[in-house]
Amino acid sequence: MSFEHLLQYVLSGITNGSIYAIVAIGFNIIYNTTGIINFAQGEFVMLGGMTAISLSAFMPLPLAILAAVIITSFAGALIDFLFIRRLKSPSVLNMIIVTVGLSIMIREIALHIWDEKVRSLPYFTGNEVTSINILGAYISPQVLWVLGVCSVIVVFLGLFFKFTLTGKSMRACASNMTAARLCGINTRNMVTISFMLSAAIGALAGCVISPITQTQYDCGTSLAIKGFTVAILGGLGNSTGAIIGGVIIGLLEAFSISVMPLAYKDAIAITVLLVILFVKPSGLLGTREAAELKEF
Amino acid sequence: MAWKKYIPVFALIACIIVFQLAVTAMSREFYLTQLTMAAYYSLVILGLTVLMGYAGQISMGHAAFFAIGGYTSAVITTRNLMNVKGAVLADLARDLGLTIVEKNAYGNDIEHLSPWVALAAAVVLTAIIAFLIGIPILKLKGHYLAMATLGFGIIVYRIVLGSRLFGEADGISDIPPFRIIGSLAVSGDPALRVQNFYIASFLVVVGVVLLMNLIDSRVGRALRSIHGSEEAANAMGIDTARYKLFIFVLSAVFACVAGVFLTHFNGGIGPSEADVMKSVSYVAIVAVGGMANLWGALIMGVILNYLSLRGYFGSYDEFVFGSILIVIMLFVPEGLLKMENARALARALARLRNSLGAGRKQ
Amino acid sequence: MLLKKLFATILCVSLLPLAFSCKKQSGETIKIGAIFAVTGPASFLGAPEAKTAQMMVDEINNNGGVSGKQLKLIIKDSAGSPEKAISFAKQLIEEEKVFAIIGPSTSGETMKIKTICEDAKTILISCAAAEVIVNPVAKYVFKSPQKDSHAVQKIFEVMKKKGISKIGIVSSNDGFGIAGKEQLEKIAPTQGIQILISEVYDKKATDLTGVLTKLKAKNVQAVINWSIVPAQSIVAKNMKQLNMNVPLFQSHGFGNIKYVKEAGEAAEGIIFPCGRLLIADSLPDNHPQKALLMKYKKDYESKYGEDASTFGGHAYDAMLVLVEAIKKAGSDKEKVRDAIENLKGVAGTAGIFNFSPQDHNGLDINAFDVLTVKGGKFVKYE
Repeated sequence: MSFEHLLQYVLSGITNGSIYAIVAIGFNIIYNTTGIINFAQGEFVMLGGMTAISLSAFMPLPLAILAAVIITSFAGALIDFLFIRRLKSPSVLNMIIVTVGLSIMIREIALHIWDEKVRSLPYFTGNEVTSINILGAYISPQVLWVLGVCSVIVVFLGLFFKFTLTGKSMRACASNMTAARLCGINTRNMVTISFMLSAAIGALAGCVISPITQTQYDCGTSLAIKGFTVAILGGLGNSTGAIIGGVIIGLLEAFSISVMPLAYKDAIAITVLLVILFVKPSGLLGTREAAELKEF
Repeated sequence: MAWKKYIPVFALIACIIVFQLAVTAMSREFYLTQLTMAAYYSLVILGLTVLMGYAGQISMGHAAFFAIGGYTSAVITTRNLMNVKGAVLADLARDLGLTIVEKNAYGNDIEHLSPWVALAAAVVLTAIIAFLIGIPILKLKGHYLAMATLGFGIIVYRIVLGSRLFGEADGISDIPPFRIIGSLAVSGDPALRVQNFYIASFLVVVGVVLLMNLIDSRVGRALRSIHGSEEAANAMGIDTARYKLFIFVLSAVFACVAGVFLTHFNGGIGPSEADVMKSVSYVAIVAVGGMANLWGALIMGVILNYLSLRGYFGSYDEFVFGSILIVIMLFVPEGLLKMENARALARALARLRNSLGAGRKQ
Repeated sequence: MLLKKLFATILCVSLLPLAFSCKKQSGETIKIGAIFAVTGPASFLGAPEAKTAQMMVDEINNNGGVSGKQLKLIIKDSAGSPEKAISFAKQLIEEEKVFAIIGPSTSGETMKIKTICEDAKTILISCAAAEVIVNPVAKYVFKSPQKDSHAVQKIFEVMKKKGISKIGIVSSNDGFGIAGKEQLEKIAPTQGIQILISEVYDKKATDLTGVLTKLKAKNVQAVINWSIVPAQSIVAKNMKQLNMNVPLFQSHGFGNIKYVKEAGEAAEGIIFPCGRLLIADSLPDNHPQKALLMKYKKDYESKYGEDASTFGGHAYDAMLVLVEAIKKAGSDKEKVRDAIENLKGVAGTAGIFNFSPQDHNGLDINAFDVLTVKGGKFVKYE
C-alpha cells in the first residue's frame, strides 16, 4: 500500500472515529452522572442534523446549527423530565428497556416529522466537489471541520468539568451521588444538565457530519451501537478512553476494507465489542471499580 | 393435588379447540393463519420469559436463535439432491431413508433431505452456538449483558444478510413442507390450515407444560434465587453459571424450534427475522406480559403478534412496540397481567368493543 | 368459582370471531389488494408506490370507475419484511377476497408470496425487479419494472462507444444491488468489458472513500455504482473529493431529481439508464408515452408536493395493466389473466408493454433511454 493510500485510510478512519468518540463521550456524561446507559444517544445526533437541515431553509447556516443544538438539548431535558424522573429506583433491566423504547419512539416521531427521505446540510466551506490535497491524500474540507469541531468539543468539556462550578458538581455526582446531595448539590438538576449536555454535543456532531454522511431518520441506531462500543473500549465513563477508543475503531474499520469484503465492515465494531466484553469489560483505560455498574 | 396446577393448561387447550370449532363454523378459518404464526412467535417469547423473568438475564438478541433455526432448516431442505449422484453423503442419506422426493411448485422433481434431519441439525447447531456464546456472555451483567446479546444478534443478522448461502437480502424461498405423518404437514397450504393451527398449538402447550414444570422444580428455584441475588445463590452452593447457561441454551432451543416450524409454515425466511427490532419486540412482549409471568407472556405474545401480523398497527408498528416498552416500564413495571391491571384492562376493552360493535352494524 | 371463570373465558374466546365484521364482496366494487413497503428499509420504493396507487384509484373512481364498477384499494404496509408480506397476502386473498394484488415492493417479499398467489389463482403484479419473479413463468404472476439486464446492456453500449474497457463496480448489499451486480458480472465479458474490481457495501454506509480509494488504485476507466439512496449521492461526492475524474455510471435507481440535488455539483456528468419519466418534457409530442408521463408527473407533484420518481411509476404501470385488462375482459379473474397475457402496445411510465404467455414482464430494452445530468437537470445522453 502506498503512502497516499495509507494516509487516505487514516484520514477516513479518524473522521469516523471522532464522531464515534463524541457519541461515546455523550454516553459517558450521562452514565457518569446517573448510571444509565442512554440507548437513545444516537437519536440526538440524528435530531441535531435533521433540525438544522429544516432550520437552514430560513436562516443562515451557523444560526441554524446553533438553534438545532439548543433545541436538541431541550429535547434531552424533556426526556429527562418526562421519563427519567419518573423512574423510581428502577432495575438495570427497566432502565435498558426504557431507553431502548425511547430510541424507537424518537426514531418513529422523526419519521413522521421528516419522512424517510435522506437529507444533508450544505458543506460549511466549499461544496460537494471541493477537494484538498494533503500529502497525496484527498479529502473534502468538511473533514477538517469534523476534526476541528470534535477537538473543540473535547477541550471545552475538559475545561467545563475542571473549572466551572456546574462541571465540578457533575463530577461530584459521578463520584458519589449521596455525598454530592449532602453537599447541597441538586442532583436531580445535575441529571437534567447531563442529558442536555449529551444531547447538545451529539447534535453538534450530527450537524458537522451531515454533509459527509447525510442524515436519515434511522441513522442514529448504528451510531449508538458503535458509540457504545467505543465507550466500553475506552472504559465506561472515561472520556480520554473514549477518544482513544474512537480512533482505534475508526482506523480498524477503515483498514478492514483492504483485507475483507466491505459488507462486513459494520461487524468489526461489534466483534471488537464482544471481544472487549469477554476479555476485559473495564476497557483499555477503565478500572475494575468503574466497570462495576453504578446505582441510579 | 399435582394436577390442579395444570388447570390453566386444560383451559388453554379447551380455548384452542373451542376457537377452532367456532371459526370453522363461522367460515372464518382464515383467522387461524395469523394465530398460527403468532403461536410460533410466542414459543420464542415463552423461552425468553423464563430467561429474563426467572433467571434475570436480559437477552436483546434472541431473534438470532430464531433465525439460526429457520435458516438452517431452510438451507438444508432447499438443497436439491436430485442430480447429486455418487456423492458419499447424498447416497448415505438416501440409503438411510432421509431424503424425500416430490414435485416442487413448478412441477419439477426435486429431492431434498427430510425436514426431520433439518430440525435435528438446527436444534443441535443452535444448542452448540448458544452454549459457546453463553459461557462468556453470561459472565456479564446488566448493560454489558444487554449490549453483548445485542451485538451477537447483529452479527447473526450481518451473516445472514451478507452470505450467498443464506440468500443475502432476499432470503430463502420455496421451502418444502414439513411432513409429519401421512398427510399431516407443516406448510402454508390453506387446506391444511386447521391441522397447522393444532400443530402450532400443540407445540405451545408442550412448551408451557415443560416450562411450568421447570419453574416448579429444583432448577426453577435455583433460577429464582439467582434472580434474587447471584452472590447469595453462589454462597448457598448453587452453581449459578451452570444454571444460567442451561436456561440460556434452553430458551435458545425454544426459539430455534419456533424458527424451524414457522419457516416451513411460511415457506420462506428473510433476514428481517434476525433484525434488532424483532429482538426488541420480543423483550417488549415479555415486559408487558409481566416479566416472570408465563401466561401473561403467552397471552400478550399471541395478541400483539396477531395484531401486528394483520396490520392493525399499520405503519405505526415500531412506534407501538416502542411506546409499550416505555409505558410499561414507567407505569406498570410488573406487567399488565397482574390481576388488578387485568381487570381494569378488561373493563376498558369491553367498553371499546361495545362502541365498535355499535358502529359496525350495517 | 374457578369453573365459572373458566366457562366465561371459553365462551368469550368462542365469540371473538364475531367481533370482526364479515367482509362481503359487493357486486359493484372490485377489490384490489396492495402490499407495499411504505415504512422500513425499502420505504423509498413503497412510499411513492402506495401514493401513486391511491392517486390512480381515486382518479379512476372519480371518473366513473372501470366499466362502471368502482375500485377499492386495500394497502398493507409490509415494512419490507417477508413474513408480513406472507401474512398480508393470505389475508388479502382469503379474507378480503381481492381480485388481484399489486406489489410487493421488494424482490425478497415477492418471491415469498409467488407460490401463494399462484396456488390461490390470484393475479399478482409485482413492483419488484428480480428476474426470478417471471422466470420460471407462473401463470398468475407478472411484474411491471424493467429488466435489470436491459439496464446493464444500455450501460455497456455507452461504454463501448466511449472506448471504456476496464471498470470497477460498487454495489449495495440489498436485493437491488445484488441483482444488479449479478447481471453486470454476467454480461460484461460478452461485451468485452473487464471488471477489475467489484465490491459490495452496506446499503446504509455513510462513507465510501475507503472502497473508492481501492478502485482508484486499480486505475479503472469508469465506475459503475448499483445501489439506491443514499449511497448513490455519497459515491458521486466521494469520487470528486478523492479527485477521481473517471466517468460514473449509475443504475436506474438514480431516477429522481432529489438525488441530483443531494449530490450537487458532483452529479454533473453521471450517466445512467432510465425510463422516460424524467425527461418527459423533452420528448416529441407524438411519443406514445409523453402524454401520460406529463400527466402523472403533474398530478403526483401537485397532490403530494414531492418530485415524481420512477419507483412510483412501477405501481402506476401495475395498476394500468390491471385496469386495461379488466376493461377488456370484465371481472372474471381467469379472463382478466388471459387478457393481461395478450396486452400489446400498452404505454406505461416504464416503457411500452407487450405481454405474452412466455413474457410476463412485457418490457424490452427500448424501455430504457440513457440519461445524464447537465446543469443540475436530467437530459438525454447523446
